[in-house]
Amino acid sequence: MHTKTLHEVKELINKKEISCVELTKSTFDRISKVDDKIGAYLQLDEEGALKKAREVDEKIQRGEETSFLAGIPMAIKDNICVEGLKTTCASKILENFVAPYDAHVTKKLKENDAVIIGKLNMDEFAMGSSSENSAFKKVKNPFDLERVPGGSSGGSAAAVAAGEAYYTLGSDTGGSIRQPASLCGVVGLKPTYGRISRYGLVAFASSLDQIGPFTKDVEDCAHVLNVIAGHDSMDSTSAKVEVEDYTKYLNQDIKGMKIGIPKEYFAEGLNPEIRGIIENGIEVLKKLGAEIKEISLPMSKYALAVYYILASSEASSNLARFDGIRYGFRAEDFEDVVDLYVKSRSQGFGDEVKRRIMLGTYALSAGYYDAYYKKALKVRTLIIQEYKKAFEEVDVILTPTSPTVAFKLGEKSNNPLEMYLSDIYTVPINIAGVPAISIPAGFVDGLPVGMQLIGDYFKEGTLLKVSHAFERETEFTKVKPSI
Amino acid sequence: MEFEAVIGLEVHAELSTKTKIYCGCTTEFGGEQNTHCCPVCMGLPGALPVLNKEVVSYAIKAGLALNCEINKETYMARKNYFYPDCPKNYQITQDETPLCSNGYIEIALEDGVKKVGIHRIHIEEDAGKALHREDGTYVDFNRSGVPLIEIVSKPDMRSAQEAKMYLENLKAILQYTEVSDCKMEEGSLRCDANVSIRPKGTSEFGVKTEIKNMNSFKAVEKAIEFEIKRQIEAIKNGEKIVQETRRWDEVKGETIVMRSKEEAHDYRYFPEPDMVYLEVDDKWIENIKASLPELPEMKKARYINEYGLPDYDAGILTSSKALAGYFEETVAKGANPKDASNWIMGEVLRTLNDREMTIEDIKVKPEDLAKLIELINNGTITGTIAKKVFKDMFETGDNPEKIVKEKGMVQISDENAIRDIVNKVLDENPQSVEDFKNGKTKAMGFVVGQVMKASKGKANPQLVNKLVEEELQKR
Amino acid sequence: MSVTIKDVEYVAKLARLEFNEEEKQKFTEELNNILGYVEMLQEVDTDGVEISIGAYRVVNALREDEVKPSFDREKMLQNAPDSQDGYVKVPKVIE
Repeated sequence: MHTKTLHEVKELINKKEISCVELTKSTFDRISKVDDKIGAYLQLDEEGALKKAREVDEKIQRGEETSFLAGIPMAIKDNICVEGLKTTCASKILENFVAPYDAHVTKKLKENDAVIIGKLNMDEFAMGSSSENSAFKKVKNPFDLERVPGGSSGGSAAAVAAGEAYYTLGSDTGGSIRQPASLCGVVGLKPTYGRISRYGLVAFASSLDQIGPFTKDVEDCAHVLNVIAGHDSMDSTSAKVEVEDYTKYLNQDIKGMKIGIPKEYFAEGLNPEIRGIIENGIEVLKKLGAEIKEISLPMSKYALAVYYILASSEASSNLARFDGIRYGFRAEDFEDVVDLYVKSRSQGFGDEVKRRIMLGTYALSAGYYDAYYKKALKVRTLIIQEYKKAFEEVDVILTPTSPTVAFKLGEKSNNPLEMYLSDIYTVPINIAGVPAISIPAGFVDGLPVGMQLIGDYFKEGTLLKVSHAFERETEFTKVKPSI
Repeated sequence: MEFEAVIGLEVHAELSTKTKIYCGCTTEFGGEQNTHCCPVCMGLPGALPVLNKEVVSYAIKAGLALNCEINKETYMARKNYFYPDCPKNYQITQDETPLCSNGYIEIALEDGVKKVGIHRIHIEEDAGKALHREDGTYVDFNRSGVPLIEIVSKPDMRSAQEAKMYLENLKAILQYTEVSDCKMEEGSLRCDANVSIRPKGTSEFGVKTEIKNMNSFKAVEKAIEFEIKRQIEAIKNGEKIVQETRRWDEVKGETIVMRSKEEAHDYRYFPEPDMVYLEVDDKWIENIKASLPELPEMKKARYINEYGLPDYDAGILTSSKALAGYFEETVAKGANPKDASNWIMGEVLRTLNDREMTIEDIKVKPEDLAKLIELINNGTITGTIAKKVFKDMFETGDNPEKIVKEKGMVQISDENAIRDIVNKVLDENPQSVEDFKNGKTKAMGFVVGQVMKASKGKANPQLVNKLVEEELQKR
Repeated sequence: MSVTIKDVEYVAKLARLEFNEEEKQKFTEELNNILGYVEMLQEVDTDGVEISIGAYRVVNALREDEVKPSFDREKMLQNAPDSQDGYVKVPKVIE
């Protein structure tokens, strides 16, 4: 059962071949069987999940109409609030924080009768590219337990890959959905900035963060997006753009669509085997009738620098609220209130979080603001302009998702800058705010490789259209880890 | 060397909105601690701010009333600092793009009207309230997120007196426009002052100090006066003024160092990424302009031109919205504007001041004051009696006719009755009669006073004058 | 621009963090590495370029001035490490 997709189990439920309670129980069985090895979950809510599953079964029995997501087990990254459950952000500082409210996406999922089975492991406060920065335990890649699942939404990606949930939610600030999706062989979508409300997502970098789904295939992605996308009056940055039925983009012909290949993304530093896989992917799309066009995005090389300034600066401010006063970890043995702040934060945050807070605080401090932050905001404008211009010429831009396959645990954890380079292909997309999806495109030595498709603002549908055509042609999403 | 002071004021006024600036919690004053709170104003993880439209409208209204330019495109900014009453450890405010800028307030000086410039007005959120008790600091976040405007003046004031006048006029304008109720005791109006001195006639600025913790206009005046004196003395003693923040100690009557510039904050302002641009179009501004009430200056001019009131009186009457309202209501109920003004400027304000009360507290209804004036003008009571009647009205809130009737205070205008009293007084004061005959006309005044006294103030003064003179001539 | 240990100490103080000498040394090096990398932005000509607050321009996300019920105090204080009489309690702050 655990290898089936969301739409496959939906069909079984519709045919009454399985009940939601049975499906939920089988998912918890799967978790108890494999999660000791994977480490995807930080918290499980079996009671709540079964209660919900029972409710949905009753609804179905009464012949009531139910949502596509009704009764199907799913899980949420631990930086998104679910009322009554802990939201730890995989940080000691929020170890015991019980969310007193639901995030907007959580509310939407609950309204659609989703069965929320638990909260997923991640890099602390979503800062990292390997999920090794969790304060509690490391997540392992289901394809190779000695390797990382990517990050920061490593738990969200690994849970879907290992059949521990039918779909999950993650968040993406610089690649945190797409890079782990690539490394774990699943589909991960970062929608347009503002497509999904951030209300209830614990902010890392407000102007870059976006929630998105992890699914087993592209079809599932469209179904989940249908539910969680849309305007929310509680998030000022949420877009008032109408939500389409994204499933209408499935099973479509892509003949004549223009696909741009930015030459800067295929330069040195790209693993040659990965290059081969992506070039293969390009051939597949060409065969399906797409027009391939080489383009140039020269500003992309500045994106990572812009990212580290903006993301760290915003983070330094966003994370100021974790101070041991109103909630969260409070150190013992402090002398006064300043000492309470310093000790609680120094003991409560991990190294990577501290590093970014330090960088961000420095970049915003008196005398440096113009040279770093303001400069980065201006270069951001140029990057945005470049993407806008590119989309006047092409429908979709195609790149690798990650320059490497899943690396070994500990391999990069001593070199922050090298770790940061894992995001080199994903970061520019967050700077521009456009949507991008990572879909399985092949394997190198049994390890998954993802292909990134980037779309124009609010053109998630176009991404799904091309991705689904690719998926039908290649069936890489059908390959499962042996765990 | 003669010195002059350079003073700038930063005023925080709480806006009269129903809800907080970034969430729907009520702004009502005095709720039980931490009951007007939600994830947004408590700074919970994941909560996001959404700007209250009415806050923008009020700030624009204040800007227009204070002669400011309205900046059509602005954005919010974060000001980062750690303090237990600041739930996010940053305040969402405006930095590089204030909503309003370049306005002024007029103050009336002896040698004419002076314009005190307003540098900027921006919108921001208030912090919670920290209560410092023996065993710790207790924080209540009900006030966290209450909308404020900060009004920053230009360094245009030259004395504590000017600063006080600026504040009084500012308060009147904010109250007239109903932008803020300006209750200092509830913290809805707060003021910090920047003070420096320089040799008179020079144009460079001296090193300034910032003074905080002044809880009344009087405190502002006293604190600035003290600070000017302190700085002048320091300079005269060869000391240097240090840029620092000082707090006013009301009990000691002096300013005390809080923190020096070295410890000053590095606020790390940057554009608030959780919010979007604020665009104000002409239509929005025009609608607010059309809704502006008559402002103090306009009202004052009208009182002078229409009612013929002296400049000073018109200024006092328009100094608060409530006082002007009281005056206008009295006139509307039939009183002659000059009489109404004289009474309010005289008995009404004097009695209120004596009791440390304001016009809002008065029991005397405007229609009763108008009636009292009528009773004088139609000769029912004398001016002297009227003052007594007013005292009764002030205490009881009763109407003047009732008081006059019950206490038998009606004026005596019967010539014969008065003539009897006059003759009785002249009989008892032969010396005065003698003096009058010897050409000392002053003696007549004495006699008139005695007659008024004998009539318990009820005799018609004109008649008394006339009859005293007649009877004296006869003798 | 090169970061010194003194800068690290200043920034740590602003950020309410503390480090031992070894950590200070490490952070100084790491910050210098990262800042060395981002130095490349200085080569971009941004004269006359406007700043971007957010990925695209959004204006006037405004709310009507309508009161919404506040949260139960109990819920708001359930995560507070120290609360008393409905207040959040902290060590005495001396002003």
